[in-house]
Amino acid sequence: MAIWFLRSRLAHHLGQRIGSLDALKLSSWASSLHPWIPPSLDSSDDRYASKFLRNPMDLYAARRFRSAKAQESVPVVTDGSNQVMDFPGGKVMFVPELRFLAESPGERISCYRILDDDGKTISGSSFQEVSKEIALKMYSDMVTLQIMDTIFYEAQRQGRISFYLTTIGEEAINIASAAALTIDDIVFPQYREPGVLLWRGFTLQEFANQCFGNKLDYGKGRQMPIHYGSNRLNYFTVSSPIATQVPHAVGAAYSLKMDKKHACAVTYFGDGGTSEGDFHAALNFAAVMEVPVIFFCRNNGWAISTPTAEQFRSDGAVIRGQAYGIRSIRVDGNDALAVYSAVHAAREMAIRESRPILVEALTYRVGHHSTSDDSTKYRPVDEIEHWRTARDPVSRYRKWIERNGWWCDDAESELRSNVRKELLHAVQVAERMDKPPLAELFTDVYDQVPSNLREQERLLTELIKQHPGDYPPEVPV
Amino acid sequence: MLGVARRKIGLGTFSSPILGQVLQRIRPLGSVLPENYSTAAKEITVREALNSALDEEMSADPKVLLMGEEVGEYQGAYKISKGLLEKYGPERVLDTPITEAGFTGIGVGAAYYGLRPIIEFMTFNFSMQAIDHIINSAAKTNYMSAGQISVPIVFRGPNGAAAGVGAQHSQCFAAWYAHVPGLKVLCPYSSEDARGLLKAAIRDPDPVVFLENELLYGETFPVSAEALDSSFCLPIGKAKIEQEGKHVTITAFSKMVGYALQAAEILSKEGINAEVINLRSIRPLDRATINASVRKTNRLVTVEEGFPQHGVGSEICMSVIEESFEYLDAPVERIAGADVPTPYAANLERMAVPQVDDIVRAAKRACYRAVPMAAAA
Repeated sequence: MAIWFLRSRLAHHLGQRIGSLDALKLSSWASSLHPWIPPSLDSSDDRYASKFLRNPMDLYAARRFRSAKAQESVPVVTDGSNQVMDFPGGKVMFVPELRFLAESPGERISCYRILDDDGKTISGSSFQEVSKEIALKMYSDMVTLQIMDTIFYEAQRQGRISFYLTTIGEEAINIASAAALTIDDIVFPQYREPGVLLWRGFTLQEFANQCFGNKLDYGKGRQMPIHYGSNRLNYFTVSSPIATQVPHAVGAAYSLKMDKKHACAVTYFGDGGTSEGDFHAALNFAAVMEVPVIFFCRNNGWAISTPTAEQFRSDGAVIRGQAYGIRSIRVDGNDALAVYSAVHAAREMAIRESRPILVEALTYRVGHHSTSDDSTKYRPVDEIEHWRTARDPVSRYRKWIERNGWWCDDAESELRSNVRKELLHAVQVAERMDKPPLAELFTDVYDQVPSNLREQERLLTELIKQHPGDYPPEVPV
Repeated sequence: MLGVARRKIGLGTFSSPILGQVLQRIRPLGSVLPENYSTAAKEITVREALNSALDEEMSADPKVLLMGEEVGEYQGAYKISKGLLEKYGPERVLDTPITEAGFTGIGVGAAYYGLRPIIEFMTFNFSMQAIDHIINSAAKTNYMSAGQISVPIVFRGPNGAAAGVGAQHSQCFAAWYAHVPGLKVLCPYSSEDARGLLKAAIRDPDPVVFLENELLYGETFPVSAEALDSSFCLPIGKAKIEQEGKHVTITAFSKMVGYALQAAEILSKEGINAEVINLRSIRPLDRATINASVRKTNRLVTVEEGFPQHGVGSEICMSVIEESFEYLDAPVERIAGADVPTPYAANLERMAVPQVDDIVRAAKRACYRAVPMAAAA
């Protein structure tokens, strides 16, 4: 089993604007961060051998009831100069120098990348191969996501839907991560991951139905736009409060572990979400419970108007994994192949070893936070344009598939015009369709409709019959 | 150390018939529980009732699991889950790190995906750290997902005042949770209530908040053979008339039911025949039983431990006004805790929590044996 402790290397230039750390001012007390426990300390203590005990009750007994006896002679000396002593949690080595761990490592954790800006695979890179079929589906879905975002955003601006939130700039994260999962893996999204649903087979019409809240919406018109959900596709309904889905994913992963299914839970959240208490509780817990879950952080530089420099002072989210005892990786979120490979490997490890994995994808939120936001108010327009054009994940990936001879300009324009036509049609159909019937106001509060709600529904129906003119015509009674 | 402030030694309380006084006796930790209840004792403590309910439901359905601080190895902070870790193993009885938000969220996620978790809060005062998950992730999800995601979860733990634990350990949250559509809120009083309602809660497909009471854990109640059967279950949303009467209706839940019964005994000596209703279910509230009783007695006193403003009594009063206004012969009297964070000092705490004689005085006011509060103001 490979040890995945991250080594310091010269960091790639990733764009100074993504909250990069300023030059570190290390005081004379501080030393750079390095793995703190020397290898001699781990193996003899059977608290760490828990994996090899078959009967969970033995594990439980062994772990809980060992204690140091008062009269026992104390330290186990290892290398002659420094003493080692056990405390609750394991043995630690003593040092006589007063040394603080630095607040950050000397260099940022480096970032896994396969395709360069020209869509050429970097020589010496190792990655998970994709078949032509998967590769083309990935591209086609990335383009579809882009066009879907454009058209729904415009629909909101025209007043036809109340709200929308784009995924522009994060297409590779959405589609490539979805492609590396299977349909049995349960997804707990934040809200900027409709691409995962798209990959799994949610149709453009189904997206439109939810945004327009019509009678075919699986949410029965109860939620604002973009709060998609699909039982069939194992994608849990989007919920607005930030990061609440992170512990949910851990709970579901625990359920998967109990069922011994060959699947994992995956949850997505942004850089802002890592500040929530739920994030910390969930990561800590997942490590303790040893559950198969992938924590996918979309570090896109902004939480509405809060840049990452004001969100945290750690080196992004990836550095925190180790603090919780979780294997982690940082990946270039705009490189579809890198995201694909990383998630593929993460999934293998999560399921095979029943452990959580943290993936941090660095990217940029090209669009505004949502239709309620104008991001030019807090960030420079040229920065946005730079990421929209020079760093676009879709065009980067397109260069790669063209280089492979799998794509050309004609295919491109045909795809784009087809998708656009299909989307416009879906929007029209969704807009004209009736809203859910009135009865759906009262159902699903509980498993069975309670008597007070049944009575209220009856009274409301009577009232509407008496005053039909005051009641909107497109909502069937 | 982190655990100290929250660790409570389980106290048994025997309320004496003496007016306003409650004797406390400290029970030894981990009292021996008889293994087989159905043939042995006809009287069991609330603690034993809850333990047996958990045991039976976990045995019947392998998807039921218990999660919380100290529930496993410590046998439960109040020993409610005694013996369960040994019987079902660490996969189904999980000791959690100290993060209510964390384990509540995890429990909700497990419920989303098919398990039936029981989340124990060491006290519902700590559920405040997790209330977002209870309300936004559990209560509303079936509705917001249009029935695609159901949340068969139970949140349980002691609620309300204990004895000398101060403001942050004494609040009653019945009104808080009963406010939310999507939740069911249950408050047992006796051992039979505890067994029947907990089993019903675990079997229910909706999220249920199950409010116990620390001081009731050690109290013994008689139980019928039917109640000891493993298929026993009480309906959710039905109140119980503990004692029939014809002059005044007294509604109460949890520990206050015991106080109301004591008050009824005192009142009967003065010729006032009180009907005591044990609500059992705060949401849904058994409005039918309450209103039928008020239509019979024409007078109502609501009793609760929690703070008065926006409390359970306010809702009961409004329900009666909406449905039985013309039957009322006197203004509705409301007994609640004092409108202050519960103080610690014993003398102050006694004044901040309803006592039996408060209920007696209110009933007399309702029966015009004393000047009503409104007229005296």
